[in-house]
Amino acid sequence: MAHLDPRDFKANARAALADRQLSDALSRMSAGLVPKRADAVAALPEFDALRDRAREIKDHTLANLDHYLEVFEANCQATGGQVHWCGTADEARSRILEICRAADARTVTKGKSMVGEELHLNPFFERHGITPVETDLGEYIVQLADEVPSHIVAPAIHKTKEQVSDLFERHHGGPRQEEPEAIIGEAREVLRQRFLDADVGITGANYLVAETGSSVIVTNEGNGDLTQILPKVHVVIASIEKIVPTLEDATTILRLLARSATGQPFSAYTTFSTGPKRADDLDGPEAYHVILLDNGRSAMLGTEFQDMLRCIRCGACMNHCPVYQSVGGHAYGTVYVGPMGSVLSPALVGLETTKHLPNASTFCGRCEAVCPMRIPLPRMLRAWRERAHESGQTTVAERRGLRLWAWFARRPALYGPGARLAARALAWLGRDKGRLARLPFAAGWTGGRDLPAPEGRTFQEQWRKDADGIRTGRS
Amino acid sequence: MPTASARVGHERRFRKRRGPGPGSRRRAPRARCGALTDDAKRELDQRLAAHPRNLQPAVARESDAARILERFVQAAEAADVTVARLSSADAVPEAVAGYLQSHNLPPRLRLSPGAESYPWERVPLVETSRGAARGEDRVALTPALAGVAETGSLVLESGPDKPTALNFLPEHHVVTLRASELVASPEDVWDRLRAAAGGGSLPRTVNLITGPSRTGDIELTIHLGAHGPRALHVLLIEDQG
Repeated sequence: MAHLDPRDFKANARAALADRQLSDALSRMSAGLVPKRADAVAALPEFDALRDRAREIKDHTLANLDHYLEVFEANCQATGGQVHWCGTADEARSRILEICRAADARTVTKGKSMVGEELHLNPFFERHGITPVETDLGEYIVQLADEVPSHIVAPAIHKTKEQVSDLFERHHGGPRQEEPEAIIGEAREVLRQRFLDADVGITGANYLVAETGSSVIVTNEGNGDLTQILPKVHVVIASIEKIVPTLEDATTILRLLARSATGQPFSAYTTFSTGPKRADDLDGPEAYHVILLDNGRSAMLGTEFQDMLRCIRCGACMNHCPVYQSVGGHAYGTVYVGPMGSVLSPALVGLETTKHLPNASTFCGRCEAVCPMRIPLPRMLRAWRERAHESGQTTVAERRGLRLWAWFARRPALYGPGARLAARALAWLGRDKGRLARLPFAAGWTGGRDLPAPEGRTFQEQWRKDADGIRTGRS
Repeated sequence: MPTASARVGHERRFRKRRGPGPGSRRRAPRARCGALTDDAKRELDQRLAAHPRNLQPAVARESDAARILERFVQAAEAADVTVARLSSADAVPEAVAGYLQSHNLPPRLRLSPGAESYPWERVPLVETSRGAARGEDRVALTPALAGVAETGSLVLESGPDKPTALNFLPEHHVVTLRASELVASPEDVWDRLRAAAGGGSLPRTVNLITGPSRTGDIELTIHLGAHGPRALHVLLIEDQG
């Protein structure tokens, strides 16, 4: 269960669909988060105008990414921070390990970070004798269960309360707590000591602000703040597209983030961190490091996938995706899941292993409709499908089928009558119920649902009739 | 304005240092690499120096002090903050004593060294101490730099007499806020911080705190008090008019 592979997406999805506990958890998600977002958006009349502005800000930033990153570096260094440019995940891990070794670290606390997942930091730390402690409650649950997050905002969304009770009882040595308040209280108590013991604290960044050299985290629990204030060393792991030029630009995107993610106008804690503690400050880290991770992103610039770099990781696309709602995040087998993950993962880890993911979409368009950064996700999913086809990664049957269809489609004299015949035959077959339960060569499709029977006329026939009607003034 | 396809200097930087990156097998257009012209660079630096405000919602542009105050209270309460409105700073000790009593808390209070001096002698039974956060502190009082009406957020910055962990470690967080420090939007806060920094850097930590700590990680139901305070109480000192 713990570590699925994107190459097995079809099998993973089938198993997920049969999992009752998972489907209960996922239906809770769509029942909860979807209307909350809708209410929060409805309460802000300027929401759509802010989306337009946020898209412009991010497009401007991406067009000048190198400059803003260098400004960030200079301003961060001016406050005593250190910036580490890391082209690959390997490089980022070695830098982080060097920092931890220099601090003689045994325990590292971690705030929630998708880049941390991308770097697979926990197993890496364990291999090097350092104990990583996830402090976000959802991440902590997932870590105890030896799993990976199934959602980028709510990592343990696939877990029921009973499963969490079981986990805590097993790992904390009981007594078993049943009530959510008691479960949360138990985590609070256990993790409190971890916060105080940690030598290094690692957080992600929702933004990096070039103007001030600051990193910004947005959380609700406060764990990210305790993670960065209490240890001697604060390490920020951020991918290069997190940069924004100014505090004003960060603010515009902040107005969209929480509303899109959880339906809150603003999350509980929005924290701007600039450098290490000042000489006479009473608390705060003595060292501040920012890991700037590329890991495939700069290669997306100037391609049809550049718009993906506007993503602010709110999770709205997956919350609204009928595929994600049905199979959950683990089935994808990648760090980033749902529609944004199906676009980003092939760019980060290659299409060879992730070629099924761009097909995990019905092209219903809800992801794009709710995306606060107006990322054209369906268009990019289609672009990956085209690339998979061009590079011969689709199956022989798919390619033969397409070639056969293309052969007919290029011959209207055959295609027209053929389609007419098929439409009439299918209409006749489905004449009783208006739908077809089975169809030769399409068992994969009709196995799960009925095919609506055609009305009897092809699109071209109807077009010709209506076009005639329009020309002669009928209808 | 240069487009993304015009150049990616940092990409070359990564390449130069590390050789081809993981993405280089894809057909990345080579033509887009090129340096930023001096004019374009000046334009970007001007934008940074001017930090223009983007479109703000109407509520963020409010200028009437009374409406800003009402909006702040309403937004803070919507975020599960409790607000007590005091007519003067001298009323702070009694208000805190009342809060401790009504929540069945021991009469002990950890004060941020940066909190103003209030007449604590009026509540002799409340034991106060000043300093950074300790694990055993249950209630802390810290002063806010500002309050944001748009979001109901409190702004707390770190400093030589303002330890940040006091905002997070105790179970109950009491914040004093002068009504004259209320602003409409986060952008107003940035202007104040820039003015205070006088060309220098921001304080190490600037917290925008909007309600007590909460989590939705157990079956997506919101529960307060995950790691940070279970309760956030604002003493709003109405020192205007």
